Order: sequence, then C-alpha cells, then structure tokens
Amino acid sequence: MSDNVWDWAFAWKILPRILDAAIITIEATLIGFVFAAVLGLLLALGRRSRNPLLSYPIAGVVEFIRSTPLLVQIYFLYFVLPEFGVVLPALVAGILGLGLHFSTYCSEVYRAGLDSIPRGQWEASVALNLSTYRTYRDIIVPQAIPPVVPALGNYLVAMFKETPLLSAIAVVEMMQEAKIVGSETFRYVEPMTLVGAIFLVLSLVSMVGIRRVEAWLRRKIMG
Amino acid sequence: MSEPIVRFENVSKRFGETVVMRDFDLDIAPNEKLAVIGPSGSGKSTLLRLLMTLEQPDGGVIYVKGEPLHHMWKNGRLVSADQKHLRKVRSHISMVFQHFHLFPHMTAIGNVIEGPIHVLGMKRAEAVARAEELLDMVGLADKKGSHPSQLSGGQQQRVAIARALAMQPDVMLFDEVTSALDPELVGEVLNAIRKIGREQDITMILVTHEMGFAKEFADRVIFIEGGRIVEQGPGAQVLSEPRNERTQAFLRAVLG
Amino acid sequence: MDIMRFLPTLLDGAWITVQITVLAILLALFMGFVSGLMRLSGVWAVRAVASVYIEIFRGTSALVQLFWMFFVLPFFGISLDPFTVGWIALGLNVGAYGGEVVRGAIQAVPRGQYEASIALNMSKWLAMRRIIVPQALPAMVPPWGNLFIELLKATALVSLITISDLTFRAKQLNDQTFQTVEIFTLVLFLYLAIALVITGVMRIVERWTGRGLARGGIK
Repeated sequence: MSDNVWDWAFAWKILPRILDAAIITIEATLIGFVFAAVLGLLLALGRRSRNPLLSYPIAGVVEFIRSTPLLVQIYFLYFVLPEFGVVLPALVAGILGLGLHFSTYCSEVYRAGLDSIPRGQWEASVALNLSTYRTYRDIIVPQAIPPVVPALGNYLVAMFKETPLLSAIAVVEMMQEAKIVGSETFRYVEPMTLVGAIFLVLSLVSMVGIRRVEAWLRRKIMG
Repeated sequence: MSEPIVRFENVSKRFGETVVMRDFDLDIAPNEKLAVIGPSGSGKSTLLRLLMTLEQPDGGVIYVKGEPLHHMWKNGRLVSADQKHLRKVRSHISMVFQHFHLFPHMTAIGNVIEGPIHVLGMKRAEAVARAEELLDMVGLADKKGSHPSQLSGGQQQRVAIARALAMQPDVMLFDEVTSALDPELVGEVLNAIRKIGREQDITMILVTHEMGFAKEFADRVIFIEGGRIVEQGPGAQVLSEPRNERTQAFLRAVLG
Repeated sequence: MDIMRFLPTLLDGAWITVQITVLAILLALFMGFVSGLMRLSGVWAVRAVASVYIEIFRGTSALVQLFWMFFVLPFFGISLDPFTVGWIALGLNVGAYGGEVVRGAIQAVPRGQYEASIALNMSKWLAMRRIIVPQALPAMVPPWGNLFIELLKATALVSLITISDLTFRAKQLNDQTFQTVEIFTLVLFLYLAIALVITGVMRIVERWTGRGLARGGIK
C-alpha cells in the first residue's frame, strides 16, 4: 500500500475512538446473547411440548424469524413499537432484535442437544424411577452440555458479527463510528479497515477460546 | 527365473514407531501366482499397498517391468517420481480390496467401464462390450444394471474383480478379498479368481487367509512375519511341510 | 387497506433482492467449491491462500465487508457500482462458509473410494470429478440450502449502500407514509416467500443429487 492510501499516524489517532465504540458493540453482543440464550431455551421447551397448540405456533414463529432478515426485524422493532406506545432507545431496540433473532438459532441448538441423548438414557431413568425433574437435572442436561456449549459459542460469535447492523438505526457501535470518522475526514480506508481487523481478531480469538472450553467440558463431564 | 515383472529391493516401511517392512527383497516372475500369508500386522497388506502406490516406501526401490515405481531417473540419480511417471508405471497394476470399494453412485457396469473410458480413453461402445464380457465371466451378466448396495458381498466383490481386470493390468493384487464375506459367499469369489488364473495371462499376488486355496492355486507361497520373508516355496511344501518353526506355529494357530 | 398501494413498489424492490440473491448464490457456489477444493490440495501455498480467504471472510462480518468494498475500494482506484459491490461482497462472504461445507463433505467420503480410484490409475482431478465429488454432493445440499437462506437475509444489507432492494423500498415508503406496521409486515412476508422458494428448490436438488445413491439405498 502506498503512503497516501494508508496513513499510519491517522489510523493511530482514530484508534481510541473506534475502541470506545467497540465497548457498545461488546455490550450489545453480551446482553443480546443472554436474552437469546434464555428465550431460546423457552422456545425449545415449548417446541417439545406435547400440546400442539403450543408447539406448532412456536415452530412457525421460529421458522419465520429465521427466514427473514435481521435488519428488517430491527427496523420493525424500532419503527413499529412506538405505534403501540413503546418508545425504545435505538440501542435497546437493536439488542432486542439481535436477541430475538438469535433466540431461534439457540432453540435449535438446545433441541439438537436434547435429541442427541440416546433413548436408553431416558429409559434407564424410568427404570430407576427418577422424576422428570431429576432426569433432566442429573441425567439429560449434564450430557447435553458438551454438544450445546460450543454450538452456542459459535452463535455468540455470529451475533457479534451482526452487531454492525445496529448502525442502520444510528447506534454508535464500531461500524457507525467508522462511518462518522469517514464522513468527517473523508478518509474511509483506515477506519473501515480497523473495524474489519478488530472483528477478525476478536472472532478468531473467540473461536480458539470456544474450542478450548469445548475440550475442557468434554474432559470434565465425560471423564 | 526370467526377468522379474515386480522387484522389491531393500524396501522398508514404518508407521510411526512400528516397522512393518525391513530390508525387504522379493522378485515376482511374469504370470506367477503368488500367495502371501502371515499373521496380522506382519506387513503382508503393506506389500500390496506399496505396490499399488497407496503407501510410500521409507527406503529401497520397487521396480515394475524394470522401471522404478515410486522413483524415476533424473541425471543418473533416483528421485521421487512425479505424477506422470507414477501413473505410467502404475498402469501395469490394479487391485481388488477387502471391502470392495465399489463406487456406490454407479451401476455394476458403470463401475467396470469407468476406468477404461476415462483413464484408458476407450470408446464407450467398446468399453461396454468388454465390461459385459467380464461381468459374464464372473457370472454377473444379469446384474449389470444393479447398484452395489443391491448386490450381496460376494457379487460386489466379483464386480470389483471385473473392474480391476477391465484396466488390462499385467499385475493384479488381491488384498484379503474374501475376509469380509459371509462364509457361503467365499466360494463364488474364489472361483472367479481361479477362472482368471486359468484364462488370462496375468501376474497375481494374493494376500489371503484361505490356506487351502493358496495351496491349490499359487505357484509359490511366501510366509511373512515382522516385515521379512520367513519361508517360501511351493504351496505344498510351505503349507504342508513347513521347515521354519514360526511358520509351523502360525499354521497350527490358523488351521487349529 | 393500503397494501395494494404499496405492493407494486415493494415488488420492484423484491425483484432487485432476487437478482442480487441469485448472482451472489452463483458466486458463492463458485468460491465455495474453489476454496473448499483448494483447502484439500497437497500444495501448502494453495491451502494457505484458501485458508486466508475463508478465515478473513468468516472472521469479519458481512456488513463490514460490504462497507469496506463500497467505501474503501475507490481509494485503491477500484470504483464499482453499488449493485455490483452488493452481490460480489455477499457472494464472497457466503462462499467462505461454503468452502467449509465443501471441504467437510469431501472429507466425509470414505478413504476406500480414493484408494479404488488410484487402483484404476485415475489422476487426482479425474478421481475428484468422477468419484469423490458426486458422492459428496448429497451431503452438501442441505447446508448449502441453509447458506442460501442466510444469503437472502443478508441481501437486506445492500439497502445500506443505496441499492433500492426490498428493504430499501420499505424504509422509503415508511418515511413517506408512516404506515409502519403494514409495510414491514408485508416486507417480512415477502422475504419469507422468497425463502420458501429457495427451500423448495433445494428440496428438489436434494432429491435429484441423492438419486444415484438412494437407488441403492445408501444414505
């Protein structure tokens, strides 16, 4: 790269601004993910319900949310809710959108985790006359954790990478900050590339972390 | 003995710490029927896999029709063969596997014409006519349109034999080709091999546990243990009157 | 109802969305197969190039890539129109995920099939084309289908680089009419309809690629 395209001094100067905005990005990721993980569990349990009046609508809603764009869902929450008297700050609407969207992915993870437990484990629990609660707590959930945790981790990283969408409703996360810097200085190369590099580093580091946790869990639970 | 068609010269092969062949020498004559016996892990399958280029030797040279197989001459020195050389020398050899390895997405005849059309460059009509002959020879003329999973193990193995034969090899390798079969299906596969031995001008190397078949079919039987030839000779001698005590122990164990 | 009033504008946008989706799918398939096969190469440098492509595009987000190509490439003297940037960026992004799909499915083909190809003296390329890839295809179809749905959803991002796709039209109509609930509900259902078409097509492809193997009863 020639000097006039990439200016190290300029990149260095704007880095603190980008990193400040990264805090919003990380905040949105973490809060959104807690929401997604909890709502996803409720959706998964609802979908396993024997009551078709519960399981079918949930299945339909999950498919609907999974098949439509997150960006439109964020617009929907941000523009539509005020019509019903619910006025949310952009950041809150964005986090809700992220959480809602990814709760459907999380619900599939839980479902696959529960389905991965061999039938024999349920039958053995019946043979020991364990209650449903005990069966879940002592037998099923501990075995479902090793496959579920890394899959959830992958979606945590996926969600992290979707946070730039919040810039569309003017949340000043990393991407938006980069655009602001760009429009102020007419230099887009450094801010945009910095944002890309930060995403790359953080998601690669997280993926390594997730693999470590996965290996550790497998050792700890399965011996 | 005439000029050997296959020669192992000082060949050695390790897998990690395990030495499966050490300083291995062996000459095989054109048209010879050679049976290789030995305990599991003795290196007898490795012998075939090296010859098929599924494995690389760690030392030594294997010659096929006088040409080095994994190596080639360059400025008077032997260097690793390139793909072109490897494929040229390899064209003399084909192999039948323990687990058949038929192509599941093709019919029986599709398996047999695949190599002739795409590797030998044969015309489709000619390849089909030859494949029909070969399938007829192994007794499967009526199964040519079947997919592998619609065939019994014995039938699949006979298709695999026809597929290897269709490549017009000078040397055919049989790696425990009846070991994965139910006992009642072994006979039909051995009959197909007998027929090839009778009707075709071809060198055959068989790794086998069928001692009776080895004795009757092979010109020579070699007993391998620990990556070396312990004893060799005509089947009647090695299998009925073994001289080496390790051969004796092995045969006692297998024949019970 | 105002739906009939909005529909023509939204359908115009949906047509743009469909065009970008189709072009990006074609590019993603191409990049997925090329990078997936490259990652299985015996040559170190070839594997490295594919890995760098896959890790960079999977490690940063689609919107970052889109904005980077839109805002930054002109500084390198590469000026593409927004429409071109849109489908290229999305195709490259999804192609990186596709590379992993292709690699995984090919590696799942049993070793014996490679060995049988060598026993028939096939070149590596011929073995890939005739033996390995046809057997790997059925396993690739469902994950590719999921990627295409993700791609369709990601096309909404091109509205942020001034392309008047479905999402862009929705936002525009919303700013003009404030009929927010009707517009966005309609838009979500239009996306769902396109997604259902993709799912339907992939079902047919699945049946078609699985046919050769399924006839023999192999999954």
